[in-house]
Amino acid sequence: MSALPLLVAKGITKRFGGVQALSEVGFTIHHGEIYGLIGPNGAGKTSLFNVLTGIYPTDAGTFDFDGAPLGGSKPNEVAERGIARTFQNIRLFANLSALENVMIGRHVRTHATVFGAIFRNRRTIEEEKSIEHRAYELLEYVGVQRRANDLAKHLAYGDQRRLEIARALATEPKLLALDEPAAGMNATETTALKRLLEQIRRDGTTILLIEHDMKLVMSVCDRVLVLDYGKKIAEGPAAEVQRDERVIQAYLGGEVTLTK
Amino acid sequence: MASIPLLRMRGAPKVGLLLIAIALAVLPFVLTSVGTAWVRITNLAILYILLSLGLNIVVGFAGLLDLGYIAFYAVGAYTYALLASPHFDLHLPFWIILPIGSLVACMFGVLLGTPTLKLRGDYLAIVTLGFGEIIRIFLNNLSQPFNLTNGPQGIYLIDPFRLDGFSFATMQNIGGVTFSTPIKYYYLLLLVLLAVIVLNLRLQNSRIGRAWEAIREDEVAARAMGINTRNVKLLAFAMGASFGGIAGGMFSAIQGFISPESFVLVESINVLAMVVLGGMGNVFGVILGALLLSFVPEVLRSVVGPVQQQLFGRMLIDPEVIRMLLFGFALVAMMLFRPAGILPSALRKRELEAARGANAT
Repeated sequence: MSALPLLVAKGITKRFGGVQALSEVGFTIHHGEIYGLIGPNGAGKTSLFNVLTGIYPTDAGTFDFDGAPLGGSKPNEVAERGIARTFQNIRLFANLSALENVMIGRHVRTHATVFGAIFRNRRTIEEEKSIEHRAYELLEYVGVQRRANDLAKHLAYGDQRRLEIARALATEPKLLALDEPAAGMNATETTALKRLLEQIRRDGTTILLIEHDMKLVMSVCDRVLVLDYGKKIAEGPAAEVQRDERVIQAYLGGEVTLTK
Repeated sequence: MASIPLLRMRGAPKVGLLLIAIALAVLPFVLTSVGTAWVRITNLAILYILLSLGLNIVVGFAGLLDLGYIAFYAVGAYTYALLASPHFDLHLPFWIILPIGSLVACMFGVLLGTPTLKLRGDYLAIVTLGFGEIIRIFLNNLSQPFNLTNGPQGIYLIDPFRLDGFSFATMQNIGGVTFSTPIKYYYLLLLVLLAVIVLNLRLQNSRIGRAWEAIREDEVAARAMGINTRNVKLLAFAMGASFGGIAGGMFSAIQGFISPESFVLVESINVLAMVVLGGMGNVFGVILGALLLSFVPEVLRSVVGPVQQQLFGRMLIDPEVIRMLLFGFALVAMMLFRPAGILPSALRKRELEAARGANAT
C-alpha cells in the first residue's frame, strides 16, 4: 500500500437546476481498498460517480487522483488516467460479441492507427493478437469465457454485469468504480460477485462500490461513505457506520411521530 | 486435430474466390454480347458500390446518419474535373489527381464532421442533408464572380485516364481481344473496388473499427472506456468522405462531363438505401445492396416495356413509373421482413484456440 491516497475528493458540489445533488462531499480512498458508497435512493451516489468520471462537470470541489488533479477531464481522459466504471443500468455494446466488448476496453491502452489498420504491419498484428488474448483472459477471470462469441445482449443478466466488469478491467484501471453491480442478482450470483471483487482487490485494483445490498457492502467493504440528500452523513469502517445514528435515521426515517 | 477444420476452411473459399475472379474477368465480354450499354451500367454499379462502402463507414460502422454523402462524391468529381480539363487548361495525370481529390473530400468530411460532433440521429441527418445541398448549390452558383465550377452548364471534355500513352478512352486490340473504353474502365474500377473492399474489411477488424462500432452501440459507454469519441467520429467522416472522393474522381473521368445535376439529394438517398437494404455494417451486404439497386432498375427498364407490348400489344404504364413502384414495394417489404438488411451485420466469431493454448501453458 502506497502512502499517498489514491483518490482525494474535496468539497464536491453539483446542482441540477434547483436540486442540490451533491453538497461539499469530501472523502479519501486509499490504495487497495474496497470503498463503499451507500445511501437511500436519490442520495446522490450515481451523481457522484458521474461527476468523478467526467460525465458532468462539478460546480465546485476537486478530485485528486493518483497525485494529480482530475479537474475538468473528459470521460475518456478520466479512463485514460485509470478510472474505469460500470453503469447502474448495464451499458454494454449490445450488438457486439462479449469478447469484442472487452477488446474495446483495450482501446485506451493500445495504439494502432488507421494506417496500422490498413497496412497491417507486424506491430499492428501483434497488438491485435495481444488485445484478443488479454480480452479472453479477462473473460475467464470474470467467468464468462464460454459466452465469448455470443452477442452481449444475449447473455444472462448476471453475466452481463460480469462482462461489464471485464470490459472495465480491460482499461487497466487503478480505480474500478462499480455502480450497483449486484442489482438484480440472486444470492448465488452475489456470492460469486463478492469473491470476484475480493479477487480484483487482491490483484491490486482499488474498488469504489455503490451498492444497495447491505449484506454485500458490510462484508466486502473496508470503509463506507454514506450520502443522504447529497450530503455526507457518515464515513468509516463498515461496522461503525452501521451503528451510526444518522445513518439509521436516513435509512429508516426519523423518530416515529405517528404513534405519539 | 485443429489443422483439419483449418484446412477445410482455407481451401473452400480459395476455390470460391478463384471462380468469382474468373467470372468477373470474363463478365464484360459476356455483357458486351448482350449490349455494350450493360458494361457501362456495370461500371456505374461499381461506382455505386464504392460510394456505398464509403458511406457504410459513416452509417454502418460508426452509426452516424449521413444524408448528404453525395457531396463528397461531388467534391471528388469536381476536383478531378478542374485539374484535368480545358476549363482551367490543367491536365494533371489521374494518379496525382485521385489522391488529391480524395484528400480534398476528406477535408470536407472533417469540415462537415466538426460542427456536428454533438448531434445524433435525426438532428445529424438534417444537418448533413443541408450540407449536401449547400455543396450542390455552391457548384451551381460558383460561376461568378470567378468562374470556378461553370455553374449549371457543368464541366466537359474532362480528360480520361491516361497512363504512359495507354489511354482508357480508345478502343484497343490486345492479343486478338478487343478492349473497348468501358471494358478498360471496368477492369480499373474492379481493381479499385478490390482495394476498397480490403481496406473496409481491415478497418472494421481493427482497433479503430471497434471504436466506431462502440460509438454506434453506446456513445456514453464508449467514452467511459476511454475512446476519444470526437477524434474517432471525425475519422469516420474523413475516411468515408475520402472513399467518396475517389469514386467521384473516377466518375468524372469515365463520364467526361459533370454538372451539379449529378449530385442531387436523391443520389444521397439512393446510396443510403443501398447501405440499408444490403445490411448496415456488413461489407458484403452493402455490396449486394448496391448491386441490386443499380441493376434491378436497369433490368426493369429493359424488361417492363417489351413485356407490356407482348401482353397488351401496347404500352399501358410508363416503364419509369413501374420501376419506381416496384422499387418502393421492395423497400417496404424489406423493412417489414428483413429490417436489418438482406445480409445483416453478422457476429464475428473469433478463433480462440490461440488464447486457450497460451493459457494452458
